Amino acid sequence: MANIKKITTPLNDKTVVDLKAGDTVNITGYIYTGRDAAHKRLIELIDKGEELPIELKDQIIYYVGPAPAKPGYACGSAGPTTSYRMDPYTPVLLDRGLKGMIGKGLRSREVIDSMKKNKAVYFAAVGGAAALIARSIKKSEVVAYEDLGAEAIHRYYVEDFPAIVVIDSKGNDLYKTEPPKYAKQESDSLRGVPSK
Amino acid sequence: MREIKANQVKDKVKELFLKANYHIDKDLMNRLEEALDEEISETGKSVLGMIIENNKIASKEEIAICQDTGLAVLFVELGQEVHITGGDFKEAINEGVKEAYQDGYLRKSAVDDPVFERKNTNTNTPAIIYTDIVPGDKISFLVTPKGFGSENMSALGMLKAADGSEGIVDFVAETVIKAGPNPCPPTIVGVGIGATADMAMVMAKKATTRKIGEHNGNEKFAVMEKEILDKINRSGVGPAGLGGNVTCLAVNIDYLPTHIAGMPVAVNVCCHASRHAEGTL
Repeated sequence: MANIKKITTPLNDKTVVDLKAGDTVNITGYIYTGRDAAHKRLIELIDKGEELPIELKDQIIYYVGPAPAKPGYACGSAGPTTSYRMDPYTPVLLDRGLKGMIGKGLRSREVIDSMKKNKAVYFAAVGGAAALIARSIKKSEVVAYEDLGAEAIHRYYVEDFPAIVVIDSKGNDLYKTEPPKYAKQESDSLRGVPSK
Repeated sequence: MREIKANQVKDKVKELFLKANYHIDKDLMNRLEEALDEEISETGKSVLGMIIENNKIASKEEIAICQDTGLAVLFVELGQEVHITGGDFKEAINEGVKEAYQDGYLRKSAVDDPVFERKNTNTNTPAIIYTDIVPGDKISFLVTPKGFGSENMSALGMLKAADGSEGIVDFVAETVIKAGPNPCPPTIVGVGIGATADMAMVMAKKATTRKIGEHNGNEKFAVMEKEILDKINRSGVGPAGLGGNVTCLAVNIDYLPTHIAGMPVAVNVCCHASRHAEGTL
């Protein structure tokens, strides 16, 4: 593994621009959570011209709906959810100053264009590594939409949260650039050979 | 007739959902270790290492392997000599699911009406229950909490007989490759071929729970499993979709007779956290 870059929140233009697709990072500081239902509510407020319950400028939103915390734990298991469901809402949030997102999976052309325009970064956390990731979450509090339960907006304090830069502020996308390096042609196939 | 109390059903269902959500089976853990050796990408190796470490933490501390503890799916074989007493069978199952998710610190992910209110039921019920009546005086349960990152990548193809096995291999592999990083690769792919559209999908779901290393008993279908697996792993998608040669851990096909005019093919994708547990009363 390459060197791990340590970054802290809130983010700024310089930090974001220095991050390149493929960088392994550890994130320390406050981050917010939000997924489908919370995004929908934020966008409804923006459409109505009303104030948001959280300040988005220079912040990171982590797409997660955590499991409940067992007694003695700051947070239950908390791995990323699939990001594309947030795509329709994301450009509007980036225009409001959101600088980073943590999730897993592909993003739309519109999101990537908006990330380039607004100098923002998209990190992947390892899907399913939820118990491991939760160890980096030291504090958790609900800051908005408590009625949404696991989908409420939480504020986490994280220490060395493990993530990989998958789409950087130039629009470089690891999901597009990496798989072709490992793809093999059909002729390598063992077509017709019985299974072991 | 053998009498089994509804309460026993509830307790067994609870026990199995807790077990499935905390502990990954040994066969899958071994396969992940093998995959770590086989993987050529450094990032891919790092992802697999995190997955293995994660599963060990979850098992040791008895916490959820993944925060998406899924909808509660059960395949039940109910012996025809069994008489359930002291309550309703379905209610007992749902009560067991509710207790597991509420007492076991598992996320409640079920919403009531799927379109308008989408209000969380807060119990992770209703469970998805498939019941088969079988000979005998026992009840056996196969439970599988199913997360939706992978479930959303499911596909149904109403193929033609003329498409043949090649058509099936292409359809299944393309479905999984197109899903890329979304279903949390390396995945386990269940395939149901034949019967009707709905039954093909049920077969596909059940096939995801097969023990790793077991193949379809019919050699021709076992070959097709291998062909699909190879094709997916040649895609380069890799662990977490970040590139590599381990995209899929197993392809499991089940089949049933079908109509002269069709060849339904259902694909149900399961993430690397393939969670299931079995028990008998």
